[in-house]
This record gives sequence, structure tokens and C-alpha cells, in this order.
Amino acid sequence: MKEITASMAGTVWQVLVSEGDEVTAGQTVVILESMKMEIPVEAAEAGNVESIKFASGDFVNEGDVLVTLK
Amino acid sequence: MVAKLENQLKEKIDQIEAGGAQKYHEKNSAQNKMFVRDRLQQLFDNGEYRVEDAKFANNQAGDLPADGVVTAIGKVGGKTVCVMANDSTVKAGSWGARTVEKIIRIQETAMKLKVPMLYLVDSAGARITDQIDMFPNRRGAGKIFYNQVKMSGMVPQVCVLFGPSAAGGAYIPAFCDIVIMVDQNASMYLGSPRMAEKVIGEKVTLEEMGGARMHCSVSGCGDLLASDETEAISEARRYLSYFPGNYKKAAPVVEAAAPRAGRELEEIVPENQNVPFDMYEFIDRLIDEDSFFEMKKLFAQEIITGFGRMDGKPVGIIANQPKVKGGVLFVDSADKAARFITLCDAFSIPLLFLSDVPGFMIGTKVERAGIIRHGAKLIAAMSDVTVPKISVIVRKAYGAGLYAMAGPAFEPDCCLALPTAQIAVMGPEAAVNAVYSNKINEIEDVKERIQFVQQKQQEYKEHIDIYKLASEMIIDDIVSPSSLRSELINRYKFYENKDMVFSERKHPVYPV
Repeated sequence: MKEITASMAGTVWQVLVSEGDEVTAGQTVVILESMKMEIPVEAAEAGNVESIKFASGDFVNEGDVLVTLK
Repeated sequence: MVAKLENQLKEKIDQIEAGGAQKYHEKNSAQNKMFVRDRLQQLFDNGEYRVEDAKFANNQAGDLPADGVVTAIGKVGGKTVCVMANDSTVKAGSWGARTVEKIIRIQETAMKLKVPMLYLVDSAGARITDQIDMFPNRRGAGKIFYNQVKMSGMVPQVCVLFGPSAAGGAYIPAFCDIVIMVDQNASMYLGSPRMAEKVIGEKVTLEEMGGARMHCSVSGCGDLLASDETEAISEARRYLSYFPGNYKKAAPVVEAAAPRAGRELEEIVPENQNVPFDMYEFIDRLIDEDSFFEMKKLFAQEIITGFGRMDGKPVGIIANQPKVKGGVLFVDSADKAARFITLCDAFSIPLLFLSDVPGFMIGTKVERAGIIRHGAKLIAAMSDVTVPKISVIVRKAYGAGLYAMAGPAFEPDCCLALPTAQIAVMGPEAAVNAVYSNKINEIEDVKERIQFVQQKQQEYKEHIDIYKLASEMIIDDIVSPSSLRSELINRYKFYENKDMVFSERKHPVYPV
């Protein structure tokens, strides 16, 4: 299982993938909103989206797992 | 008779130059490591190093050729340099009394000649059996680090790490200006994984705890991750091409080149302040093609630090990277930039700040990590420079981000703004929320509330309009992106003669 984590603290603004989606390495899966900036979070490696841990509007801290891949 | 003596000498030299036992050479090759003398050949111009002192050190011991370290003087890119290079085929490159004395002497030579000092490190650390002769004494290993501190800023100090740099030895890279690490082979650690398990009970691999990739991306102890030894050596040569031999000399100038072709600057920077873009592409359009040498590329990537050339002349670039963490300044990014600024100033390399910064990060996590004192390091380093310093507001410069990126109060030689620039305590969204939060909450009708917020944001934007700031002479000029490069080249030419003392004192009390 691969985990995609938040690069910094902020609010989840957009979740761009759904469970079961195939993602490629470097693909943006979530956009956070922090310090009034859009913070794209990318998948480091390719995989299939297993679960999404947060929804739009949720606060996440740096290092929190946003999405897991299998 | 004469022939006999000559033969004897030649035989001895050949023996010494062959290094340690064959099996250790084989072990080296199996790890994709070169023999120390092959490394030196790659390092020096035309593979030549004719001056090597104390080659015969410890020759009476029989099995410790050169006492495990080669110390030599030669040329790199036409510049004289002093080098010490561990020989890992001799007792794993460990240090005995003569090893340490040799290193100290080559450092002393570098100081006298005022030439760069290179450390080619591949060493298991001290020979415990010899500790009384090399550890605690006045000319023991401590002296190596003492000398390094003394030399810092006087001459460039470069570390190329091919293998381990263990325990006390790990401080050699720590005191160098740049640490180049070979992926998979190089490591730095105070206590080995075996020791960690015995002493604190931690089970960990060497790569995880002190490997090259970890140090170049997480701890920040490494500056450049090289895929192999050849790349590491050629990067060390390339690094030195940006530097003068010592602090008194001017940085070398090479033939000018046009920037790499590609999108225009105005196409690269989105007008919407909140949308990320790639600052590397922006830098590419400003500097001579293929002239970028990046420091700490894998570490704290929200800020970019590197050398480039403009019109053939070196310049140190500090640029926010909005593509990573929004370009926000963190604990590590502040450290990274502070260190780089100090390096450039020490060796007369002019500075260029490219700002697109929403400010320093806020929140519990960074406050507990001491972001205020880390930010203070950056602001102190940036203030305390006497090289030409140009600040370009590419897009936003909010809050203390403006200060950290050489804003007007920090006496840049000029503060230039692109038409996309926005300078403020905070961005329009945050400011309107802060000032009118009670009022916004009182408006019950959603439509009316949005309208109110938009109107206030518009008023705020007008208030911080870049032409208004230029009218107040807060910035020195507004420059079109298409003429930014020529504007900078021109200004650096005028600022070349800058001659100032920052402050009268012994030294500052450094924030740490």
C-alpha cells in the first residue's frame, strides 16, 4: 500500500480522484488550500486509488495520509 | 650504485602508489568505487598532480602506504587547489597520527597559498588503537575541524563524499561549503547502525539513517546527490568554476551565452496570485543557457538556491518556488537560503532574489520547530551582505516574506517589480477576512455577503496596486518581463564597484 501525504498543513480544497481510479506518477490527486495558495499534492508513484481519507473542507496537518493506493 | 638507489626509490614509490592489499581494491570495484589515485586523476586538469608531500608517511609500518591519505597540490580548471583524499584500501581509510598530521599540513598550505581546499572523503574514522596519538592532542583530529572553521570564507572548501564519513570524521563535510554525496555509497553519521542498536536500541539501516539520499533530501547535510563517482568529481570541478580562489579575488567570468529558448517570462507567470507555476522555467529564461548549478536541489524545495551566469558573470539566485508548498517559507527553507546567501557573500558573488512568497508558514507545527528563530537567520544573513543585491518582486511578496526576500528596508541596490507584483502585509482574501470578519458574519444574506467581500477585496487590491507603490517610491522601478534580463545585466555592471562595510563591530550575535 502506498500513501500520499499532505506536504503542509491546510484545508482540503479539491479531491481530484475517486476510489478505483488509476493514477500515474506525478499526477495531482488532491489540491489543498493553505496560506491562501493552491497546493497541489501529487502521487509519487502510480497505483490504483484504494481509499480517500478526507473530504473537501477538512483540515489536514503536514504528514497526514490523504489517499492510499494499491 | 646510483642506479641501485634509484631503483630502490622507484620500487618504494610504486609500492606506496599501489595502495592497500589487492582484496581491498577488489572490494572497492565491487562497490563501484574508484581507487583514490584514479579519483585524483579525474579531479585534476590533465590528470596531473605532481606535488604530493608525505607520500612516505608511515612507510616503516609496511602495510600503511601514505598512512591512508593522499595530500596533493594541483590545478582544477586552471586554479591551484589543495586536496586531501582518503585511501579506503588502507585500513578502510581510517586515521592514524600521521594521517591527521598530513591533513592538517595540507590545510595549512591551503591557508598560506589562499587556495581552495578539497576533501575527498572515504574513511571509517579514527584508528582506535592509535587514539592517544591522534585524538586528543594539540595537533590531533580536532585541529582539522578547527582549521576548517578558520578557513571558512577565506578559501572555498569542497567535500566529495565517496564512502562513509563516520563519528568525528562526519564534521569534515559539516564545515565545508558544499557536500557532494555519491548515491548508495556515501554516508554520514555520528554512530553507526550497530552502535545505535547497542546504545539506544534502535534498529535501522545505514541508508535510512545516514545515507546520501537522506542527507540530500531530509537532513540538509548534503548539497548534491551524484549518481556515481565520475559525476561527483565533475560536479566538484563545475562548482569551483563559479568561485574565485579566495575571498580577496573576483569571481571568474566566462564567455556569455543567450538563455535557453522557450516561453516568454510573461507567459510563465499566471496573473492569479494563488495559482502555482514553475520558477525553474522563469530562472531558465533569465540566465545564460546551461549555467545553472543548484545547491540543495532535493532539500526544502519550496525555495530554490543556485548559481547561474548572466552575461558570463556568476550570480547567486534565491527564488521562491510556488510549485512546491506554495513557495511558503518553512524552517528548512529559511536555513537553506541563509546558508546560500552567506556562501555567495563570502566569495563576492552578487545576489538575485526572485520573490513569489505568501509569507512564512504559520501553525503549531512550525512554531514548535522555532520558525521565528530560523526565519531570523535568513533575515540576518540577507541583511549582512555587502555584495550587489537585487530584489525582484516577480509576483507576490507578503508579510515577512517581503523582508526575507530582500525587501526595500534591507537595502537591496534596487527593488524591482514586474507588473504582476503585489506587495502587502497579506493577500487580499486574508486581509479582508482579518479586517472585516465581524461585519462579514453580520451579513445574513449570502449574496450580499459575497458582494461585500468582493468589493472590499477590490478596494484592497487598488490600495496595494504596484503603480501606487512605485508612486510612493517603495519600489525603484517597474520592469517589463521581456526586458528583465537586460535590466539586471546592466544594473549588475553598475553595482560592480559596490564597496561598503555593513556595520562596525566584532561580529553579530548570530540567531541560530
